[in-house]
Amino acid sequence: MGMTITEKILAEHAGKERVDPGENIWVDVDILMTHDVCGPGTIGIFEREFGKDANVWNRDRVVIIPDHYIFTANEQAHRNIEILRSFVKKHGLKYYYDPDFLQSEGMPSPYADPTRTSYKGVCHIALPEEGHTRPGEILLGTDSHTCTAGAFGQFATGIGNTDAGFVLGTGKTWLKVPPTMRFVFEGELPPYMMAKDMILAIIGDIGVDGGTYRAMHFDGDGVHRLTMEDRMTLCNMVIEAGGKNGVVEADELTRQYVQERTARAGTPQNMRFHKNDPDAQFIFEKVYNLDKLEPMVAKPHSPDNKATVSEVKGTKLTRAYIGSCTGGKISDFVAAAQLLKGEEVRIPTFVVPASTEVDAALDTEKLDGKSLREVFRDAGAIIGPASCAACLGGPADTLGRLNSPEEVCISATNRNFPGRMGNKQAQVYLASPLTVAASAIRGVITDPRELVGSFV
Amino acid sequence: MEKSIRGKAFVIGNNIDTDQIIPAEHLVYNPSDPEERKMFGRYALCGVPPADSGLPEGNIPFVRENEYRSDYQIVIGGKNFGCGSSREHAPLAMAEAGARVVIAEFFARIFFRNCINGGYLIPYETPESLMEKVATGDDVEVDLEGNRLVNHTRGTETALTPLGEVLPILEAGNVFEYARKAGMLE
Ligand code: SF4
Repeated sequence: MGMTITEKILAEHAGKERVDPGENIWVDVDILMTHDVCGPGTIGIFEREFGKDANVWNRDRVVIIPDHYIFTANEQAHRNIEILRSFVKKHGLKYYYDPDFLQSEGMPSPYADPTRTSYKGVCHIALPEEGHTRPGEILLGTDSHTCTAGAFGQFATGIGNTDAGFVLGTGKTWLKVPPTMRFVFEGELPPYMMAKDMILAIIGDIGVDGGTYRAMHFDGDGVHRLTMEDRMTLCNMVIEAGGKNGVVEADELTRQYVQERTARAGTPQNMRFHKNDPDAQFIFEKVYNLDKLEPMVAKPHSPDNKATVSEVKGTKLTRAYIGSCTGGKISDFVAAAQLLKGEEVRIPTFVVPASTEVDAALDTEKLDGKSLREVFRDAGAIIGPASCAACLGGPADTLGRLNSPEEVCISATNRNFPGRMGNKQAQVYLASPLTVAASAIRGVITDPRELVGSFV
Repeated sequence: MEKSIRGKAFVIGNNIDTDQIIPAEHLVYNPSDPEERKMFGRYALCGVPPADSGLPEGNIPFVRENEYRSDYQIVIGGKNFGCGSSREHAPLAMAEAGARVVIAEFFARIFFRNCINGGYLIPYETPESLMEKVATGDDVEVDLEGNRLVNHTRGTETALTPLGEVLPILEAGNVFEYARKAGMLE
């Protein structure tokens, strides 16, 4: 019997010829990532178990990316950055992206120039940008959306602090080999749709637990025509279906992206390309035709509470939010800008780039001679510095946080369980950046197709 | 591990995600600091919307305001318990508040793993929903040897799915102790 990509990567890292779904195996980890929310707990467990003087298993394979609670006056949040800093220094860790503008007290004033700070922003976007994602590798991170990196043909999944503390000391972890679900997309994504609509359709179909303990493979010409960023959107939300990892087979586009980024960052360039064997077994298969899909939302309060945008159009909104590792990449802002150009938003609209690289691109990417930043500013949007910001609510002074129960927000983020973006009564509709932009212009949920003429 | 754990039940619904178990605004505390760690107990399950907290009646907080420990030791949920983020603060918060066992129809993967590897809670799955069989406040006992839940208030018994392959890690205490016993760590 043949193996899937996920099985092949796991077998290789377990030093085995083959592995089968359900088997528990010990694997060697290539990269461990942590951030400011889970880093201090991970470090505490590492020191408790291995001793204060123990060395990390490999100082070039630990990547620390502060991103969650940066723009807040919260003292403990600042203190957590200090813990990361001193750990990095003590162990001589090579890959750490410091928020160098942080003062010890008060709300920090953001970096003045996104191209001149060591800070990178949201970990799942910074990882590929800084050359830490490679086909064939195993990447573990103390964040559930670590699955995003499956877009690069690797095995990537989220773990807790204890597991991360174990990896930090040993470079190993135990994993149960997941069976693979296969989602095939045929055809071409119409211009009013985005990868976000594809993954919302899947989650709506299989439910927030439909992928539990499973790998989710995205396949078909419709997927391989997507940009790396769109593939990341697909894999990012695998966890919203309970999935263990998402995967897209690495192709020429992947190779180019990884080569460019690793060369720039000076990180290792080794890549291993895997394919599903022709007789690989899938536990589930579903084929989607992209011509038949429609713009989608997830209604409050669950990512699988699916509706088409046309079913909920006209729903009154109080706020719009474009950002996060799901919807804060440059391609997301290019899409939103197409609609916002020359328009004015009717409701408070937040634009939060995921990374400082994306932030810098808001100035360099142009639309009819205007930079994206100008487009958003002229439309009346509030542009924030790169961070997780209101995607997960965060401390009360977080930009864009839903602090009142009356808020009804349309958001390009990934989760809308009660309280995710702040107040537990506030309502959050998840949608593509295009749908969020269209809705911001009208102040009610709006199908991007209604703003025709915007698509050329 | 002891043979049984007896305590009061706290019942909540399906898809209790990690933001409901411990809302993100409280993640600023460092679990490695003993004083700050207590704060997780104080806020455990505080993100569950009031109507869904302490079923079937609702409006029962898991931890009373300004307290750090809960009256309930056995948490009973429905499907997909612990979905959402990978934050280990979730099982840790429930354990800090005094919970010992969490029972659900099934768990989200990372939460389940964190319960076991960190040794915070015993996560039992049930072949059938317990929502109709247990009410918040019932005096219940988890029989770890017989894999059953005995409801002393109602005089009923329900089978729990045996812990199986993760039992050795729970018995060892956590994944580190397990790996030491297995000779994988010095
Ligand atoms: S942007 Fe949101 S989903 Fe992504 S890492 Fe940050 S908090 Fe998590």
